[in-house]
Amino acid sequence: MSAIRVSDLRKSYGEHEALRGISFTIEEGEVFSLLGPNGAGKTTTVEILEGYRARDGGSVEVLGFDPARAQTAYRQQIGVVLQQSQLWANLTVAETHRMFAGYYERPRDIDEVIQLVGLREKRDARVKTLSGGQKRRLDLGVALVGDPDLIFLDEPTTGFDPAARRAAWEMIRSLRSLGKTILLTTHYLDEAEQLADRVAVLREGRIVSEGTPAELTGGTQETEVRYRRDGHEVVLRTTEPTRLLHQLTEEALAEGRELEGLTVRRPTLEDVYLLLTQDAQA
Amino acid sequence: MRLFWHQLRSEQLVFWRSREAAVFVFLFPLLLFALLTAVYNGHLYGRPASWALLAGMLGYGAANTAFAGLALILISRRELGILKRIRATPLPTATYLVAVLCSIMIVFALQAVSLCVLGRLLKSTPWPAHLLSVVLALALVAAAFAGLGLAITGFIRSLEGSSAALNLVVLPMAFLSGSFGTTRHYPRALRAIGDVLPLKYLLDAINAVYLHGRELWDKPTAVAVLAGWGVFGIAVAMRKFRWEPREG
Repeated sequence: MSAIRVSDLRKSYGEHEALRGISFTIEEGEVFSLLGPNGAGKTTTVEILEGYRARDGGSVEVLGFDPARAQTAYRQQIGVVLQQSQLWANLTVAETHRMFAGYYERPRDIDEVIQLVGLREKRDARVKTLSGGQKRRLDLGVALVGDPDLIFLDEPTTGFDPAARRAAWEMIRSLRSLGKTILLTTHYLDEAEQLADRVAVLREGRIVSEGTPAELTGGTQETEVRYRRDGHEVVLRTTEPTRLLHQLTEEALAEGRELEGLTVRRPTLEDVYLLLTQDAQA
Repeated sequence: MRLFWHQLRSEQLVFWRSREAAVFVFLFPLLLFALLTAVYNGHLYGRPASWALLAGMLGYGAANTAFAGLALILISRRELGILKRIRATPLPTATYLVAVLCSIMIVFALQAVSLCVLGRLLKSTPWPAHLLSVVLALALVAAAFAGLGLAITGFIRSLEGSSAALNLVVLPMAFLSGSFGTTRHYPRALRAIGDVLPLKYLLDAINAVYLHGRELWDKPTAVAVLAGWGVFGIAVAMRKFRWEPREG
């Protein structure tokens, strides 16, 4: 069964068309990533699904609800990590979790959640004493305390150092293993590649590509072959790498020279992403 | 109902845990009262000055707590994204706002009691004779100011300077309305401004009840004006109140 079904979703802010008719479906238990540069419409999409914004057109169904009308019953089942939000600086980690736990019918044990997000040592520390990464984990903790089926993560690791990002990725993987459905927005390619079962690349309010990370980088994409000849870099792209390499090595052997600096590279998600989004950034 | 009590408890915890709020909102009127009674002597409104100042500080406290304190709490939560985050939970927004209002009322009630006790200790001010009228008057005015406090959040766009901006409203209002002494000798123009402000009518009512032993219902004009300001505040708040910070 699909957790989220979005069809021809449209949204404008004044003259600016933020979403120009996007459609996607997310299955239960899936980690789905909306990937795109700033201003592509990621947050607008997520905030429509979370029920913060009204859409201008199209249909949206989340866990069987229309988020534009859904109230408490819907909110019992979702967990939200906003792109930017803070919590009470003077409460402790445990008090903050307890406050949020009180809003839900069947909350999880708060100490279990605090443990899950790796804040056990900080359980009784005031929120204002936490580091940036720890505050973000607190955001995740209060998003999980209601034991939601569906979790929205809007750029959960923006501003993290590499170690903190890896820790956050581990946590998101552990949520996935609990069977949660996760919608993740990010502008980090490696993050989408590492975490998502499927990725939709968003550009200027349109989905320009969608699929598994492997599909996005595979398909009709070409393989790149590079080597140096007489000090010049030679770059060849081919859909038949075997044939091309055979030709190159055969020639080189016949002429008794080396293919200096030979590399054969499959396009990474980054290449695809740059290709798909480069017009927007030009 | 369970959600309401949960939120009310949470609000009290958040309020008293924050030293700045507790000092600025709760203690400030008490400090001001102690200072003013130390320097004012003689009589005001035909009663010892300390009695009149106690009534004045109850009024100022209502404005400072229910209006400025409430507005500051909501503006800071809005700008930090806390209000937005709360809206994603199953807590109904009405329950949330009512709990926030009740919480600030509790703070004001404690403050009013503390003022009376402080007056008793420092200057032997009498306890209010008509307790019901005093409580009703303070509850009415706190509600009216809370309505206005909700409304003004829509006009203050950022956290920086919001405290100063609120004091720019509260302190002149308190002066013009007579919280710090009688306005009888003020220039006519200033008195005219005072005459439209809600605090003036609260002080009318409180003075009548506390200083002159009348009942609240002997002052129907004051009650009507305060209720009017409260309704006006709620009406503006319904149009202007925002849950989210301005887009960055």
